[in-house]
Amino acid sequence: MLVPLSWLKEYVSIDADTDEFCGDMIMSGSNIEGVASYGEGWDRIVTGRILSVRKHEDSDHLLVTSVDVGAEAPLQIVTGAQNVYEGAFVPVALEGCVLPDGTRIKKGRLRGVDSFGMLCSAQELGFEDRTVPLACRDGIWTMDEGGAPGTPFAEAYGLVDAVVDFDITPNRPDCLSIIGMAREAAAVFDSRLVCPEAGAGGRGGGKASDFIEVEIRRPELCPRYIASVVTGVKVRQSPWWMQKRLMLAGMRPINNIVDITNYVLLEYGHPLHAFDIRAVEGGRIVVDTASEGEIFTTLDGVERAMGGGTLMIRDAARPIGIAGVMGGLNSVIRDDTETILIECACFGSEGIRQSARKLGLRTEASARYEKGVDPRLSETAAARARALVELLGAGTVAEGAVDVWNRAEDAPPIVLRPGRANMLLGTDICPSEMRDCLERLEMAVGERDGAFEVRPPSVRMDLKEEVDLVEEVARIYGYDRLRPTLPKGGCAAAVPVGYALRGLAREALTGMGYNEIQTYSFAGPGAAEGARGLVRIMNPLGEDNSAMRASLLPNMLEALGLNCSRKLARARAFEIGNTFAMAEGDGPPQERMSLSIGAYGGADFFALKGAIAELFRKFGLELDCEAECGEPAYHPGRCARALAGGRAFGLFGELNPDLAERHGINARCCAGELDIEGLIAAADMARSYSPLPRYPSAERDMALVVGEDITVRQIEDVMRGAGGGMLESVRLFDVYRGRQIGEGMKSVAFSLVYRLPDRTLTDTEVSKRHGRLLSELESRLGATLRDA
Amino acid sequence: MRKEELQDILSEARERIAAAASHEDAEGIRVGLLGKKGRLTGALRSMGDMEPEARKEFGRLANEARAEIEGLLADKFDGFKAAAQRARFLAERIDVTEPGADISLGTRHPVTIMIDEIARIFMGMGFSIAEGPEIETVFNNFDALNAAPSHPSRDLTDTFYITGDTLLRTQTSPVQVRTLMSQAPPIRVISPGRCFRVDSPDATHSPMFNQVEGLLVDEGVSMADLKGTLDAFAKSMFGAEVRTRFRPHFFPFTEPSAEMDMSCFKCGGAGCRVCKGTGWIEVLGCGMVHPNVLKVGGVDTERYTGFAFGMGVERMAMLKHGIDDIRLFYENDMRFIEQFK
Repeated sequence: MLVPLSWLKEYVSIDADTDEFCGDMIMSGSNIEGVASYGEGWDRIVTGRILSVRKHEDSDHLLVTSVDVGAEAPLQIVTGAQNVYEGAFVPVALEGCVLPDGTRIKKGRLRGVDSFGMLCSAQELGFEDRTVPLACRDGIWTMDEGGAPGTPFAEAYGLVDAVVDFDITPNRPDCLSIIGMAREAAAVFDSRLVCPEAGAGGRGGGKASDFIEVEIRRPELCPRYIASVVTGVKVRQSPWWMQKRLMLAGMRPINNIVDITNYVLLEYGHPLHAFDIRAVEGGRIVVDTASEGEIFTTLDGVERAMGGGTLMIRDAARPIGIAGVMGGLNSVIRDDTETILIECACFGSEGIRQSARKLGLRTEASARYEKGVDPRLSETAAARARALVELLGAGTVAEGAVDVWNRAEDAPPIVLRPGRANMLLGTDICPSEMRDCLERLEMAVGERDGAFEVRPPSVRMDLKEEVDLVEEVARIYGYDRLRPTLPKGGCAAAVPVGYALRGLAREALTGMGYNEIQTYSFAGPGAAEGARGLVRIMNPLGEDNSAMRASLLPNMLEALGLNCSRKLARARAFEIGNTFAMAEGDGPPQERMSLSIGAYGGADFFALKGAIAELFRKFGLELDCEAECGEPAYHPGRCARALAGGRAFGLFGELNPDLAERHGINARCCAGELDIEGLIAAADMARSYSPLPRYPSAERDMALVVGEDITVRQIEDVMRGAGGGMLESVRLFDVYRGRQIGEGMKSVAFSLVYRLPDRTLTDTEVSKRHGRLLSELESRLGATLRDA
Repeated sequence: MRKEELQDILSEARERIAAAASHEDAEGIRVGLLGKKGRLTGALRSMGDMEPEARKEFGRLANEARAEIEGLLADKFDGFKAAAQRARFLAERIDVTEPGADISLGTRHPVTIMIDEIARIFMGMGFSIAEGPEIETVFNNFDALNAAPSHPSRDLTDTFYITGDTLLRTQTSPVQVRTLMSQAPPIRVISPGRCFRVDSPDATHSPMFNQVEGLLVDEGVSMADLKGTLDAFAKSMFGAEVRTRFRPHFFPFTEPSAEMDMSCFKCGGAGCRVCKGTGWIEVLGCGMVHPNVLKVGGVDTERYTGFAFGMGVERMAMLKHGIDDIRLFYENDMRFIEQFK
């Protein structure tokens, strides 16, 4: 909401400079986006009057003007704009002037003609396009009225002003108006709000009811409709003071009738609409809903199909406007309009919201109605509009207005218990000060049984219950005056097991050099999906984000690919996040925490396996692997199913090179995805102490030659089986394939540790046991001892 | 053997030991004198033939000579050992400015680091962690949080819907609703997690982001407590010199509501680029829990009151680390993540 301070100060006197004003408004809840200063630095911009305009001899589009700027001789200025005319008042930037955008004006020469300065457009002076009067939107800012040539332009036109851009929260539509903000300012600065006098209106133009009758067929959608009538309308430009206010507040001046409706909209926050009464057939206004598919052309010339239930303004025969959204082309104000109907109606917010939504058409009016308009304000706004018509001499106002009001019962007063307010705020504000805070906001405060009975002004439709008033008291009293305390009592903080164990997984993986990544939870249409399909988003941002991911692996590969494409030689990464799947039957979609891990650059299958095994150990689980050769995402000879205690927890392995290439990973890449939720459920976090060995161990190595198909797991199983209680541990330390070993064979070397818990082993015992292991390996796996 | 002969052995030994140039030399001298066939050993052996008186005298002298030789040799050996070690140290010198072994600790994602930091501070004040699903019901995400049926945040242009009555949560506040419905006061929880809103990614917007929301419900909880708690949080997160201010604001689920600003940690409040010249930085939204929200959980609103707050994790991390583009968090360039080691 753009609020020119000069306009605001017409309704409330404030004894504060702009900074102080802004600071105090912010702290009372009216947050500020920014402050624009007009007229500042316009030192060498003066009022000029165009004495003559002639065509440039060597140009089709340039004009040569002679401009009176109050100096002895007029200035010759060349311009490209076509809207200049003799007698027009214009802003002239003199030589040496620096415009708001930093342009410096110098004496120039255009196609052989000297030009001493520049005629300015409103845009060049810092006004936004949408606020520039229609007549000079594409040219110089020309005006019919003006002061003495040579006077500083900003002062002459009252443009030295600060415009504060308030950020209005959705609960405060009353603040979307100058008077609404003036009411706030009056409360904050303990001043008084003085609203403009609404004239009686109606001098000799007949009665409004002579021209029009109003019927509301859907009172639940339109609580109130006020029709005022103006005869003898003279459509022309509004006076400068009104144009200026509209422009500063962000609206484009159009003509006196439209400007008056916009002016009241800005001043009171109440939308109005003017119809040409010639178009109102039968002199009847009927407020009723459209029939499904009814075609109607709005004043912007667009033909639209109405939804059933859209509230329309009709005359005796046809629709002439979409209620609260936009008027019709058939009833628009024209240059020859003589009599107008000014509609000042209250439409229900829900109805307008649906109309606007169905039509895909949001206007200044619909936005306001959606937030809620006070039916009591309709009367004030209608009267103000009539008064402005008279003030501007825009026509003759017919006496009175046709006012149909389906008046709702008044809400009961809101009870505020001062004790409760102090409890909630942690304050000790005395009741009289609370009353003062409320009264400053124009609330009527009564007292009953030690509590206040409060009636807020009717525009404050956001105030419904006691806590709402507690906030009003607090923000006028000042949030900054609440002395901070800490809550009494306390609880022991607890962490859900899953949350804690995910933290442990992060600790383990980062400890092993893996970086945590976070990727979007979305997936594209080609994404891997569970048995019941992807969870789809009704209104996705795009096809690539149209579903919720069922796996973390594609995102992991994308991240690795990005790093690869940026020439990082290596990457180690993991992600912990939700995956999504449709539920069986009608249940809500299922979410399951998953863990992806990936690496490229000096990372092979066993590096990844080592990290995963260590992660399992952190969870008290022993990793066991089983070859998996049917999973297309992986190298068929280098993929494993991760097991623990006989349960599967996911797959990992070397990525299928085609898939890696598709993701732009041009190195060997290992990746996997584990069901961390399952791991968390299976985790054994209890740690019980086992005594450290007291007797020495005996270490023996064993290098075996076995067939390629014999797995290390098989060998270890045989060793453990034969080792009995004496074999403490087995560790593979070398695998060798080569000519000495022979085709289809491999050499595997193990380090074995023998130990007993209760006595020292003798050399003979160890040798005997070691020999038995070997013979078992020979007979069961065809292993032979490798020659030394 | 005569005493004179013993004298000769000793003086010769002194000379030779002093002249020994290496460990090997000294060892040769030792063997020649004190070895099994050494001269001094031989001298001692020859004592057997002597008269008892003379033997006693000779034995004393021979032992004195032996002790002296042993002492001289030990010093010599120590000297050689020390010299050898000096030489070895010199030979083994390294360039300590060469890089260390290639060991790298991984790092948590900066969003996780920020969540952990926020959680640490609030857990210190007795807040537990609560979690909830990312696909939520419209009821938990909006209705139960007192959002008007017409509230614009419910629109398809703001919220991702899965069905008419389920959506991707736009805030972690539904976890508060779940907590209120499953637990009786006193309640102190924070809920970190992912949220989603219909925003195309740019430097300051992301369709997915993380929030930490908090809820405290107990007897006698006041807005002053809210201020104290969040002020303590800001000081703990951004430094003890940070000041906070609370501005009235609007949220459907709290009343009174506020936004907390923090004095700019960069300029201390004088005004700079970080705080856009205002001296203040908007940090989080908060307020006293609206009675309508407490009622959803069946809480007696006359007896219990509470406060709630919520903050954007990425925003906090961006502020704290000076990150200027939110998309960096989800791009996962290792060089970005590793800056937060």
